[in-house]
Amino acid sequence: MNWFRWSSLQQFYPAAGKLIPWFASLAVAFMSVGLYQGFFVAPTDFQQGESYRIIFVHVPAAWMSMFLYVIMAGWAAAGLGLNAKPSFMMAQAVAPTGAMFTFLALLTGSFWGKPTWGTWWVWDARLTSELILLFQYLGFILLHGSIDDLRRADRASALLALVGVVNVPVIYFSVQWWNTLHQGASVSVTAAPKMATTMLAAMGLMALGFWMYSLAVTLMRMRCLTLERERHAAWIRGLEES
Amino acid sequence: MTRRQKRFATIGVGLVALGLASALVLNAFRSNLVFFFTPTQVSNGEAPQGRSFRIGGLVEAGTLTRDGDGLTVHFVVTDTVKRVPVLYKGILPDLFKEGKGAVAQGRMGADGTFIASEVLAKHDENYMPPEAAAALEKAGATGAGRSRPTTASPQ
Repeated sequence: MNWFRWSSLQQFYPAAGKLIPWFASLAVAFMSVGLYQGFFVAPTDFQQGESYRIIFVHVPAAWMSMFLYVIMAGWAAAGLGLNAKPSFMMAQAVAPTGAMFTFLALLTGSFWGKPTWGTWWVWDARLTSELILLFQYLGFILLHGSIDDLRRADRASALLALVGVVNVPVIYFSVQWWNTLHQGASVSVTAAPKMATTMLAAMGLMALGFWMYSLAVTLMRMRCLTLERERHAAWIRGLEES
Repeated sequence: MTRRQKRFATIGVGLVALGLASALVLNAFRSNLVFFFTPTQVSNGEAPQGRSFRIGGLVEAGTLTRDGDGLTVHFVVTDTVKRVPVLYKGILPDLFKEGKGAVAQGRMGADGTFIASEVLAKHDENYMPPEAAAALEKAGATGAGRSRPTTASPQ
């Protein structure tokens, strides 16, 4: 299969339209099972009681916030390297979802911090670097929106996204590099998970649900951007007529 | 090299240079980025003198006492090497327990007691049902059942 075929917006647009309902229903399915597992099946925690249950939203949201930034920076690099408009559009389509998950991670973390640590917010390395990530997403969106010439907007914001990618490892390793109030990672690639299996299952399902959600909304946004930016193309006019 | 390859090479080299630069900057700021100082660092004089800072470690078991007013608490923060007595007047977070991690903000008193204006609980990254924790405790397992020292910096 020639994958570059999908880099043609004319090919991509209908294909994305067909995929969206699948990703959306998978997102609903994974998230409902995950929330049920998290709230009714997973046991109460030995230290934190019920308040730990916010982990099922907080940790997957924080993972997505970092992961989506890397994806966005990847598309930005592809756009700059290949000089390809669809790549820039993908970066533009991912950004709002990444910002949303970053905000969600900060908000749920704050709700979690109050009953456990005793504070809504502290300026430790983990929390501060995640807040910077939110500003990076917002900066990307604002920079793109503030330049009228779309070609220049694409290139400038792509460069900003690429420069900001250094913050992602800082967020991830902040709890190892510095003394922080935030605890270390419970789940990592290199070590056995430090949580009960039923809890882990709920978190995994929520993470899968967030993936599917991100795919669905990114494709939806891609279609909107295509309509907006290609509105003078003949094939878009053809869509309107049919 | 084609122009496309050149552009990707520029991006790659740029990212590597940026990564190196930020690694150097973060390394230079290392000591300013810590959220709290351990009792060992405090006794070595690494904590700031004469101004407010945070101290973190385990609340030593058996050291938590309350004064008659019910609000003033005394406890000892330890990193299993050095110990620092702490005085705090206020409400402790729910997760504050002997043998668990805590971070206190305040300043060093003249008598070597840390006068805290705020105390936060630091919990670890282990999550399990109470029965599993009890079973681990019974088996005398280390690590998962009990909280480990919060002096987590591996360097």
